[in-house]
Amino acid sequence: MSVDFTSVQLLDVSRHFGRRRALSRVSLSAASGDIVALLGPNGAGKSTLITILATLATPTSGEVRYGDQPAARLGAALRIRIGLLAHELHLYPELSARQNLAFFAELYGLDPRTTVDAALESAGLADRADDTVSGFSRGMRQRLALERALLHGPRLVLFDEPFTGLDDRAVGIVADRLRALAAGGAIVVLATHDLDLADGLVNRVVLIRGGRLLSDEVATTGLRARYRALIGAA
Amino acid sequence: MFMRTAWLVLRKDFAIEVKSLEVLTTTLFFAISCVLIFAFAFVKNGQAPEDAAAGILWIAIAFSGTLALGRTFERERYGETLRALLLAPAPRPALYVGKLLGMLALLGVAELLLVPLIAFLFQAALFSRPLLLVGILGGGTIGFAAVGTLFAAMLVRARSRDVLLPILLYPITIPVIIGGVRGTAALLASPVDEPSAVMWIGILTAFDVVFVTLSLWTFEPLMTE
Repeated sequence: MSVDFTSVQLLDVSRHFGRRRALSRVSLSAASGDIVALLGPNGAGKSTLITILATLATPTSGEVRYGDQPAARLGAALRIRIGLLAHELHLYPELSARQNLAFFAELYGLDPRTTVDAALESAGLADRADDTVSGFSRGMRQRLALERALLHGPRLVLFDEPFTGLDDRAVGIVADRLRALAAGGAIVVLATHDLDLADGLVNRVVLIRGGRLLSDEVATTGLRARYRALIGAA
Repeated sequence: MFMRTAWLVLRKDFAIEVKSLEVLTTTLFFAISCVLIFAFAFVKNGQAPEDAAAGILWIAIAFSGTLALGRTFERERYGETLRALLLAPAPRPALYVGKLLGMLALLGVAELLLVPLIAFLFQAALFSRPLLLVGILGGGTIGFAAVGTLFAAMLVRARSRDVLLPILLYPITIPVIIGGVRGTAALLASPVDEPSAVMWIGILTAFDVVFVTLSLWTFEPLMTE
């Protein structure tokens, strides 16, 4: 079954871990071409939201719809349309860069001969392709993890702190990559603490705190001042 | 798609193990140490107590298997690669099958070493009925690894996973371990008690069917947060 969608909607989504409310009645939507920043202090619920969007967690109540279909109805076919780069990099340190990409390419039903070399080139790691990942710097691992997450051309791209450990040049490359993904029709959701970087990159800003949605607005410049006003006022 | 995914996971684990040899060496070292300690304790003047070899074989398999289960999934915890596997557009139970096959291969290697070692140290006639021995070892190992793989995957993000794994695993797999011990003891009897050995193989096969079916059925809901 082939699945595609051009929007994602969270409808009154709550997620509880025991008595702790990680998310409380959050509703928002994102469409093809959007780069949505999820902002909020530590423990706000950003990572839980990303995990739910990635189908790795189910909401305690509420519903997530991909296009006009709920996740439960789409099953495994939905996951080929989702790419996730989380804080942990989802790479095997004992394997080489090429082996990591080839494994995930095959897991996604892709031909590694046609995808892996291009991904290594994009990551700037073509000359280190056969080195084990354990010998890579954090920045190199992050670039490789980004290519791993995008290997299958996902429609919904979820990033949880994608700029951690990257130098300025690499940050610029990743930011350009995000813009290109959105221009190509992807829905990009980005959880970050880096307000300066998000300023000018994203076109929607969602602020959450304590699992509650504080605001969902079109991005304008002066994101830091807006963040302080809302988070400070809450 | 199902078996292909299982094969990819198995092949990946094999590639990692070939590079690190970490799980294989620790499992074999632990299993051999375990058998040697029992041999020093129980074998006097070249004579071991009756049926001791059967119990020691299964203790070594269960303990070294628990160690291997923990180490295998520790790998998936580092870098949270288990989440990446769960995110793949493959049937999630296929990931379980891939991991289970890896565990079976590892325990198979351990048994290839343990059986001749125990036969030698305890003067046990383990090879008198090789096909029945393979049946008992296979049946017991599948049942133990089926439950162990499920629990190790479930506990991968738990802080006290090293403590919880044996606490959860041993009570559930006790019937399999008892079946393995009694079946092996039947092979060591003089004369060999073939009907009992065949009966225990049948019981172990029934456990395997139940454990594997339940594990396949519960893997996806248990792994989704």
